[in-house]
Amino acid sequence: MRSSVRKLSTRRRHPLAGFVVLLLALVAVGGVYTAVAPKPATAQEATTNDVEAGRDLFLIGCASCHGKNATGIETQRGNNYGPSLIGVGAASVDFQVGTGRMPLAQAAPQAPDKKPEYTAEETRQLAAYIASLAPGPAVPDGEYTDLDKASTEDIREGGELFRANCTACHNSVGAGGALPGGRYAPTLKGVSAKHIAEAMITGPQQMPVFSDDVITPEDKRNIIAYVKQVQEQPNYGGLGGGGLGPVVDGLFTWIIGIGGLIIAAIWIGAHGARVKKRS
Amino acid sequence: MSTTEQEYTPIQDTGVGKKAAGPVGWLDDRLGLAGVAKKNLRKVFPEHWSFMLGEIALWSFVVLLITGVFLTLWFQPSMTEVEYHGSYMPFNGLEMSSAYKSTLDISFDIRGGLLIRQIHHWAAALFVAAMIVHMLRVFFTGAYRRPREINWLIGVGLFSLGLVEGFAGYSLPDDLLSGTGLRFVDGLIRSIPLVGSYIEFFLFGGEFPGDEIIPRLYMAHILLIPAILLGLVGAHMLLLIYHKHTQWPGPGRTEKNVVGYPMLPVYAAKAGGFFFVVFGFTALMGALLQINPIWIYGPYNPSEVTAGSQPDWYMGFSEGLVRLMPGWESTFFNYTWSWNVFIPGVGGLTTLFVVLGAWPFIEQWITGDKREHHLLERPRNAPVRTAIGVAGMTAYGVAWAAGGNDILATKFHMDIYTLTWIFRIAFFVAPFIAFMITKRICIGLQRADANRILHGYETGVIERSPDGGFSERHAPLPAGQQYVLTAHDRVPALEAPVEADENGVAAPHSRKEKLRARLRAFYYRDQLDKPTVQDVHHAEEHLGEHDGHPVELGDEFQGVSETGVPRVH
Amino acid sequence: MSDELTPVPDAEPIKDPGLPEHLYRPQDVDESQAKRTERQISWMFRVAGLLFIGFVVAYIAIDIDATFLGWSAQNFAFGVTLGGGMLLIGVGIIQWAKKLMGDHEMIEMRHPAASSDEDRVAVLADINAGVEESGFGRRPMIRNSLLVSMGLLGLPAIVLLRDLGPLPHDQRRTVWTKGMRLVNDVTGTPIKPSDLQVGQLVNGQPAIVYETDADGQPVLHGTELLQVKSKASIIVVRMRPEDITADKGKENWGIDGILCFSKICTHVGCPISLWEQQTHHLLCPCHQSTFDLGDNGKVIFGPAHRPLPQLPLGLDDEGYIIAMSDFPDIIAPSYPELARDQKKLDNKS
Repeated sequence: MRSSVRKLSTRRRHPLAGFVVLLLALVAVGGVYTAVAPKPATAQEATTNDVEAGRDLFLIGCASCHGKNATGIETQRGNNYGPSLIGVGAASVDFQVGTGRMPLAQAAPQAPDKKPEYTAEETRQLAAYIASLAPGPAVPDGEYTDLDKASTEDIREGGELFRANCTACHNSVGAGGALPGGRYAPTLKGVSAKHIAEAMITGPQQMPVFSDDVITPEDKRNIIAYVKQVQEQPNYGGLGGGGLGPVVDGLFTWIIGIGGLIIAAIWIGAHGARVKKRS
Repeated sequence: MSTTEQEYTPIQDTGVGKKAAGPVGWLDDRLGLAGVAKKNLRKVFPEHWSFMLGEIALWSFVVLLITGVFLTLWFQPSMTEVEYHGSYMPFNGLEMSSAYKSTLDISFDIRGGLLIRQIHHWAAALFVAAMIVHMLRVFFTGAYRRPREINWLIGVGLFSLGLVEGFAGYSLPDDLLSGTGLRFVDGLIRSIPLVGSYIEFFLFGGEFPGDEIIPRLYMAHILLIPAILLGLVGAHMLLLIYHKHTQWPGPGRTEKNVVGYPMLPVYAAKAGGFFFVVFGFTALMGALLQINPIWIYGPYNPSEVTAGSQPDWYMGFSEGLVRLMPGWESTFFNYTWSWNVFIPGVGGLTTLFVVLGAWPFIEQWITGDKREHHLLERPRNAPVRTAIGVAGMTAYGVAWAAGGNDILATKFHMDIYTLTWIFRIAFFVAPFIAFMITKRICIGLQRADANRILHGYETGVIERSPDGGFSERHAPLPAGQQYVLTAHDRVPALEAPVEADENGVAAPHSRKEKLRARLRAFYYRDQLDKPTVQDVHHAEEHLGEHDGHPVELGDEFQGVSETGVPRVH
Repeated sequence: MSDELTPVPDAEPIKDPGLPEHLYRPQDVDESQAKRTERQISWMFRVAGLLFIGFVVAYIAIDIDATFLGWSAQNFAFGVTLGGGMLLIGVGIIQWAKKLMGDHEMIEMRHPAASSDEDRVAVLADINAGVEESGFGRRPMIRNSLLVSMGLLGLPAIVLLRDLGPLPHDQRRTVWTKGMRLVNDVTGTPIKPSDLQVGQLVNGQPAIVYETDADGQPVLHGTELLQVKSKASIIVVRMRPEDITADKGKENWGIDGILCFSKICTHVGCPISLWEQQTHHLLCPCHQSTFDLGDNGKVIFGPAHRPLPQLPLGLDDEGYIIAMSDFPDIIAPSYPELARDQKKLDNKS
């Protein structure tokens, strides 16, 4: 009889065999789930190590202005050296540190963007630390930055949103604009989609906040797609002038136009070579 | 020198004239143009590059007419809302006015449309710039004096209409930037005391923006103003031909003659050639330099604006004045008086044109000079006029720069409020400083001229005297150059006005006459007069003692000429 | 005072030496030079002609969407061929005039600008004769009645312009009414207080801008929509309540630090949305008028005079932000009747 033929091992079971099977089953299910589950909202997960490393970096490079506990340091007059970072979220840190604005090199009306001091990993760690202090906006993911997903209609609407909300400070092509007190709305040229999204979400320095409840992540993506489109498309008519409008046209008119034509007029009226006539 | 006599050879015996005899004769049988042609075909025009600045304006105007006709074939001057489905993808499905849509079509879907649009806009910018440069030349050389006052007024008219025409033109596409400018003009009109809202409602056909303004601006831009401009340009040229062109003083040139080259063939060729040069220049600018990229700005929407909004450069001074003006507004008799907009806006423009137009008459009243002038005055020989001109340019320039204060603040990282205050003060202070500096420079140049006559020019030959001192040999200028330096009026003797006659009766208008005398004294006081005959004789003797001509130094260095070019034997 | 400037005895220290001797150009004396210049000019014309043909070739061959060096290829090709050709023709003609055409200086005598005395006398006599014969001077009844009727002819011309536009109508009101929701511009979504964070700026419109009728067509479109937007556009900002010092009577116009102001500058009407969240200043990009939104929209710099009008806010039963009334201040660049209209508006409320 078949059923009676058994391997020696069929009756032999290790006491922990059940746990091993359970473990294997969990791993199998977990693995399958990870493979087929949708990506989580946050692009990168902060591990406890990141938070610790971030705290160390923070104490060295940021605490002198932002305070050991990131609650800010106030001056006697009620101003601050560095504002409180409680609740600003990973997005703020990623923006400020990733564009090089922080650490601030010297006191100025506005933190200019410059070459970042920290590597991408260090930036992530700093962001993890600040995010661990209190809930705040996370680093934007593909919902904000997958520009390829924007259709023509999306880009068109992004343009309308851009003109309604952004051009008053940043100008029609995002070339930037003037604010009082030596401050300015910086140029958007060469700024990554992620950083633009972060600026809209966190409202750095004088820039207002454009929360996701009013300007949705999709709206933000469309705005960024329009900005990139407008900056990358050809300058159809010729040399662009930097998007600064009629001021540059006026310069060209006078220097190239009038200057060139006056040179032509001088040439027209000039006496050419003369010879002594042979008598 | 004798005048060249025009000898009339029978037509049949001349070359082209012979061939033209047939058709020209047919025309003349019916039109009798020989009289006009006789006077003008070989009309003499003097030669100088500064006389061609008005031509830049004239030929730009022709370029505008030609390219403008092209654009009218496709432009739709209507504010009706349409949906865009053309080639420019970021606007696909966007609602906009028909005017904006047709401009987009011209730029993206009509081959050559973008080029013609850009040529048209560059030519417009050049047109106004050339008029200003030409006007400055005429001002600084005193060419507006009798008998050319009317031509000057026509020129001021051309200038002011040119500004309006340009404004109307760049507002036609109804884009965000020019629409913002229209909003500003709407505010400007509203600021006109008492009747402002009536004018606004009549102009816009109701509340801003309405749907009448673009078609009305179109009518003004392609019909009304070009017609007036053509008429004024025609009158301007006619007067130029009748009075003949002014000329620089020089050997053989007097108040009673014109020395130069004939219209046919030389000036016809030079002017005609210059037309092609101007057209070619604007076409190359249209090919290589982008201007007014309306697709970047988007269609006009009263709730949208771009940072760095400026009008075209020729309205920049008006924009600057409006930015500098403090916020003064008052209420009298239950009416609102918007000084903050009216004074710089309407007031600024009007003041500019009134002062420009009145200047020849003001100067004539001050100097009392009522003679005809056909010889130009070198700017240095009228220091106060030149200084006033530079002061005016300075005030205009400060206002113009203030119109771009936000661009300056952005590019040079300055505080925009500080910049505004600097311009506010500079607008009043800088012209005074410019006046003083310019006047002193002119007088310095007059002194240099006098030295060159009385002491000759520096030859670059250094001599050593027996007791060891070094000096540079001077030689007299050639006669022609000396004449140029002295071919201007003497400074007139300044007399105080008669206050009362011998019976003690006070002179009428004595207050006005006293003011006039004071102004006249100020006008002439500090400038140098040209040397007298005795001065020149004395100088000639002095120079003669050291030989009148450069020293013979052998075959190598012979000193330099009056223009600094080394002489080679 | 004499008309002439007082003459001074020895007027001219240097005598006019007369026209200088004519100097010849190489082309005048050397035929081979002239031929060379001729060839040079002729080449300019020929290349210009080729460029014009090149224009036609470019028109046919280059695609309208093609780019070159980051510019439109067609624009570049058309402009360079057309412009280059024109320039060459111009330079060629001028070179011809300068180098080959006759360049002897000529003298022409001027004539006085005024007509001769005989002509003047003759013309005046003609005018007198004509006026005499017309009887203009002798028959005042015809003359005066003609002049009056000609003057009155101006009236139809002017009166015909009456329908250029309507008479200025009441500018006091905008479309805002009690209960109308504030919506985000472009997307038309209504706003709840919880949607807004401190430091936020919303560029908004009244809800009617995005309302559609029974057929799904927008209630406002075209010119009417633009007219509404040019007066009713708003901005909504959220500040910390301690940063706001409201005028008397305006204390409850905001909701928890959320304030709503007109977007239309009181200077000449540009829309303002340059909001500095930390200084609470709102800067207009047109002429740099600056308003302090923490202080009732007061003007703190620039050419504007009137403070920015504020809209009183409330909440509807779904929790969305609504207006509690129309703007109590007139929206618009200033106009002459503003003071009167504002008084009427103040009396009504």
